Amino acid sequence: MLKIEPMENEVKFNSESLAVIEKIVARYPDGKHKSALIPVLHLAQAEFEGWLSPAAMDEVARVLNLKPIEVYEVASFYTMFNLNPVGKCLIEVCRTSSCWLRGANEIVEHIEKKLNIKDGETTADGMFSLKTVECLGSCGTAPMMMIGAQFHENLTYEKVDTILDSCKTENKRKTYFDNVNIEHY
Amino acid sequence: MGKKLLLAYDHVPGIKGFEVYRANGGYKSVEKAVKTMSPDAVVEEVKKSGLRGRGGAGFPTGMKWSFLAKPEGVARYLVCNADESEPGTFKDRYLMSRIPHILVEGMITSGFALGATAGYIYIRGEYFYIVSILEKAIEEAYANGFLGKNILGSGFNYDLYVHVGAGAYICGEETALLESLEGKRGNPRIKPPFPAIAGLYGCPTVVNNVETIAAVVPIINDGGEAYAAVGIGKSAGTKLISASGHINKPGVYEIEMGITVEDFIYSDEYCGGIKNGKKLKAVVAGGSSVPILPADKILTTPSGEKRLMSYESLADGGFASGTMLGSGGFIVMDETASVVENLHTFARFYHHESCGQCSPCREGTGWMEKILHKILDGHGTMEDIELLWEIQSKIEGNTICPLGDAAAWPVASAIRHFRSEFEEYVKNSNNLKKVRHYDSVNQLVSA
Amino acid sequence: MAKVTIDGKTIEVADGTTILQAARMIGPDVAPPTMCYHSKLKTSGGYCRTCLVEVTKGSEKDPRPMPKLVASCRTNVMDGMEVGNLTSPKVIEARKGVVEFLLLNHPLDCPICDQAGECHLQDLGYEHGSAKTRTDFERRTFEKISLGDKIQLHMTRCILCYRCVKVADQITDNRVHGVLNRGDHSEISTYIENVIDNDFSGNVIDVCPVGALTDKTFRFKSRVWFTKPVCAHRNCDKCSGKVHLWYKGEEVLRVTGRKDQWGEVEEFICNTCRFDKKKTSDWEIDGPAPVNRHSVISANHYQTLKMGSEFKLNDVKPLSITEGEGS
Repeated sequence: MLKIEPMENEVKFNSESLAVIEKIVARYPDGKHKSALIPVLHLAQAEFEGWLSPAAMDEVARVLNLKPIEVYEVASFYTMFNLNPVGKCLIEVCRTSSCWLRGANEIVEHIEKKLNIKDGETTADGMFSLKTVECLGSCGTAPMMMIGAQFHENLTYEKVDTILDSCKTENKRKTYFDNVNIEHY
Repeated sequence: MGKKLLLAYDHVPGIKGFEVYRANGGYKSVEKAVKTMSPDAVVEEVKKSGLRGRGGAGFPTGMKWSFLAKPEGVARYLVCNADESEPGTFKDRYLMSRIPHILVEGMITSGFALGATAGYIYIRGEYFYIVSILEKAIEEAYANGFLGKNILGSGFNYDLYVHVGAGAYICGEETALLESLEGKRGNPRIKPPFPAIAGLYGCPTVVNNVETIAAVVPIINDGGEAYAAVGIGKSAGTKLISASGHINKPGVYEIEMGITVEDFIYSDEYCGGIKNGKKLKAVVAGGSSVPILPADKILTTPSGEKRLMSYESLADGGFASGTMLGSGGFIVMDETASVVENLHTFARFYHHESCGQCSPCREGTGWMEKILHKILDGHGTMEDIELLWEIQSKIEGNTICPLGDAAAWPVASAIRHFRSEFEEYVKNSNNLKKVRHYDSVNQLVSA
Repeated sequence: MAKVTIDGKTIEVADGTTILQAARMIGPDVAPPTMCYHSKLKTSGGYCRTCLVEVTKGSEKDPRPMPKLVASCRTNVMDGMEVGNLTSPKVIEARKGVVEFLLLNHPLDCPICDQAGECHLQDLGYEHGSAKTRTDFERRTFEKISLGDKIQLHMTRCILCYRCVKVADQITDNRVHGVLNRGDHSEISTYIENVIDNDFSGNVIDVCPVGALTDKTFRFKSRVWFTKPVCAHRNCDKCSGKVHLWYKGEEVLRVTGRKDQWGEVEEFICNTCRFDKKKTSDWEIDGPAPVNRHSVISANHYQTLKMGSEFKLNDVKPLSITEGEGS
């Protein structure tokens, strides 16, 4: 079993996350704890304000007993990991073929106009970030966007407005763990 | 109505939960296999069934299983490829989120056949909400004695886990998936060795798609021969087709292989015809990687017969006039759609998803995207069309993994069948509708 | 043992030999070019695709040809195998494509690159490439990062051969650099500002086939073809101490590991030998380093057959190009 050594670092997993990490590590054979890296990076991103700062990645390296560079290499490969800060609601709009055929570009432009930001930017109040992404497997219910773990499908301008307005009212950070029972992660 | 083998109980309320699933015949294949069959007998049934890999390549599953090395004292793994990311494909998502237990059941029965010590379901990170659904199903299976130690008193020990990815199409390639499962970058491995010899953690491993694993359930329940009797010829059984684009009824359909393409597009049982009464222009029949075909070629084979929804019929004519069943991602385009613009979304996709390991794919995919963007912007030349053709031909077959081919084929087929449309963009560059074409953006700008 | 025929020349080699190794045994005329393979680095090769060859006959047992071109560095020979390298039009075409891909985003700043003259990409482009460019897009650039005062990184020149990552993984226990990001945005980096600092870090320079990683202590001091490589050794407690000293006049401008005829390091050396021992008196001179007669260095090379103690630097006289056969 992997032993977690204490270390001085401003960014630290809380005890609840550490317990989940232990559970995750136990899924892989002894000595293969590197397998837990991606699931644990997801946890880190959710816990540390929606992005993976170098300090957050170093914390992941510490708990999994990996070299920091191994964590950077992996985190920078996968597009769901944000290496820069993002708004509380990261809006990921699919733009590949089927979504494009059903008006994804128009949806993106609508959001850009509504929030007054461009693809890849964050609103001044730090509420929203907009990111166009590749196929999310929602082709039959296109166009779509994903906010946190939630798929919003068959989008219309009105639907987008309602969703974004309610996000703003709620004023809560959305993560991939929304509606995910941590017992079932 | 065609025969339904995977989605037969899709309409039953509560089928997501263990009780209802079990009451409708769930987990019978596990009982049958572990209590009355030898592992080899299960493999034999799968061979008899003629089941072929449903992830895209269509390789015979039973044969893949029989390649698995079985050295004494070495762990074996069964890994489920739930990294569904091929544009146009959403069948695995549909199946897992609605009937999670059929995948769990298939993983147990298949794991038994292979003598696996553990199974992992590698699911793409964007399907995060399905992780909970699967974990819950697995928990229920454990609670009812279908997972864990000494399953149903048979002496078979088997654990099943879900592993979540984080956004990388390339992890659908089986060796990239294994790398990712080991906590590394999703770089495909150089083969040989194949996973059947050295896969996860260097141990013998079988990687199968969600739908393939699920199909093992009816095969064991009803026997391989019964499964082989469904479908047509070497395209045995049913196939989940993800239908999208300009059709009246997009969605996931379980079809008996052998129905006509025309029926699939126009009948009310399936796609329900082209939206807004428009005319059919083109179809990408098996996910973004397969060649796009114009209406006449998708509906009829070179010999003038009606084309069928099957591995063989869709491939009839080779790449000159045929395509592939692939993953069954069926994207329909009406007469208003621009093939060149659609191709740009594919080219951007492959550029975005290239892992960057080998040079033809790393450099070639980005180059093709840039040239297509240039053509759409009205700055293209006739030479650019030739150059596109050249580039795809230099990528195809020369890369470590099939992503290179997958990036090349859509470009080749679009030029092959729709060259005049490319030329239109070049000739009428001043009259182009001003549309914004998004380039690959890889990183979010700092807040 | 396995009998393999490459471009019509047959050799018998041990089982488990790769096509590339077998071709190298036959000789330079049939050996495919390589960029990412390095004989001293495990798991290297397979990425660049320059060594693709056509297997026209799989083996005596199964004579079917292989459906695709294969990377000769990662494909083992089989008994009776027949391979086409320079005799295969398919290979020549594909290789031309690979060169074009590798050069697509390469800056072509050879006039200011320290690697010029010993750059594998230059040789590859010259021997296997096409003479014209078909792209007018802006080339890729990267943010500059520093790796400390010994090693210079020019990411724009990198062809992502992974050799520097593998050397750090395989001969040091604290790798701090790696390949970050994905696709054509991939880059060699430490991610956070970090110095590559360990006793063997300098080997990343020797394994780099292009000018992406160069020796800062040698930077802009001389064109390599104006320097004279000399074999030398010293007693070193960290490494074999076997090196090449690169002289200009009587001054040692740089120290590198010894390279074989394929341009691959024979033995990795430590940083003390590489960076701190730059006086002739630090070393025992073994004699002139063999230089491939195709190398640009040979054009300005020198002739002396005196070895060991008889060897005097001052006796070394440049030869004319016609005489400059080197050894």
